[in-house]
Amino acid sequence: MNTKRNENEFEPKILGFLCNWCSYAAADKAGTMQKPYPANVHFIRVMCSGRVDPQFVLKAYEEGADGVIILACHPGDCHYKEGNLKAVGRHNMLLRLLKQFGIEEERCRFDYVSASEGGKFVSVITDMVGTVKELGPLCLNGK
Amino acid sequence: MTKKPGLSMYWASSCGGCEIALVNINEKILEVIDKFDFMFCPCLLDTKKKDIEALPDKSIEITLFNGAVRTEENAEMANLLRKKSKILIAFGSCSNDGCIPGLSNLYSAKDHFDTIYLNNPTVSNPGGIVPQRETEVPEGTLHLPEFYDTVRTLSQVVDVEYFIPGCPPESNQIWDVINSVIEGVKLPPKGSVIGAGTSTVCDECEKIKEDKKIDRFYRTYEIIPDTKKCLLEQGIICMGIATRAGCGSLCPKVNMPCSGCYGAPDGVLDQGAKMIAALGSILNLEGDLTEEEITGHTNKIMDSIPDYAGTFYKFSLAGSILKNSVRK
Repeated sequence: MNTKRNENEFEPKILGFLCNWCSYAAADKAGTMQKPYPANVHFIRVMCSGRVDPQFVLKAYEEGADGVIILACHPGDCHYKEGNLKAVGRHNMLLRLLKQFGIEEERCRFDYVSASEGGKFVSVITDMVGTVKELGPLCLNGK
Repeated sequence: MTKKPGLSMYWASSCGGCEIALVNINEKILEVIDKFDFMFCPCLLDTKKKDIEALPDKSIEITLFNGAVRTEENAEMANLLRKKSKILIAFGSCSNDGCIPGLSNLYSAKDHFDTIYLNNPTVSNPGGIVPQRETEVPEGTLHLPEFYDTVRTLSQVVDVEYFIPGCPPESNQIWDVINSVIEGVKLPPKGSVIGAGTSTVCDECEKIKEDKKIDRFYRTYEIIPDTKKCLLEQGIICMGIATRAGCGSLCPKVNMPCSGCYGAPDGVLDQGAKMIAALGSILNLEGDLTEEEITGHTNKIMDSIPDYAGTFYKFSLAGSILKNSVRK
């Protein structure tokens, strides 16, 4: 993989909320597998995807994030029974709200990644970075 | 006789309901006039802007400023009254959070002018005439204040001491605030929300609340609610769960869902986001559903609300985290 960056190319800032029990472990797994993926996503470990308050997502955009990704356990695997189901409902509703604000839905992604899915983790992150890169920077409040 | 402290009330981008709410304290208004010199209120009194400009700075004790800042004129009055007042209070939802005028932040100033003056089906404007900042007439140049691209709240424009929320603020709450000033009660720290509670409307609502799991949302015309039970549990989008207490839960009391006029409760930055957090957690997604079934089921539930921003930010869009739509 060519890691040299083109200086003129837009490098998006993306915030990732990773569940402690699945996707955060999947990120570790990707690390031990030595699978490279773009470094544009800043990860925040949360105890459960159900902890991700929609305020966090909006705040991230306000503070300059070009995209936000929330990764959760597969249905039925949630350490707290149904935190991931709360997250999926909120994400669905948030997408509809963001659309009215003119923010593309690709900028707010939700996916399921289990602790063993290091490969899926890499492909989801790579895909997200590529999509946001194509969309360009998010310009909120005239910034 | 010692000079009475001055009181003023001004409307910017608002409907006039806040003035009605003030006079709705009924005969107590006489006590207000007895204790205060009511100096300025275009809705009720004849004092003019030039009279206020002639006053020394900080010579008005309290100004109740209602209305959002939509135009250059609104901003000018906000700055003038800030300069002349000791205590500037953002009064009512418009000056607190943008309220109904704030909803226009989903569209730019140009979008508004295009719709209102050019593209509306009921408009005939073959000359394509839209308001201009300056217009030449034989008598000279006419000026119109700028129509800003976004609506701002009062505290986004000037420094504000206190906030009284509500659309409009409840008259008993207004009286409590005025009365505490009359009685010389020590004022709370600057930046406080006064004349309202700290918790949510649910705290004041007497309906029976149980475990919440809903299969679909209902708009108010689609259902006759059980009057004893929590409206949200019945699938009616009641904003009470994400709205500041203070009104005495007037709307749920008569089986109408709270629409959120008192804004976000203490500790909440964004009323709409908090409403999403609450609603997202009560969808009934039980049973061993696959990922596709979950997506399909949530989509079906979500499709029943036609306007998310208008429902969740009816009163707080200008004061929300995002504030306005992305301008392309």
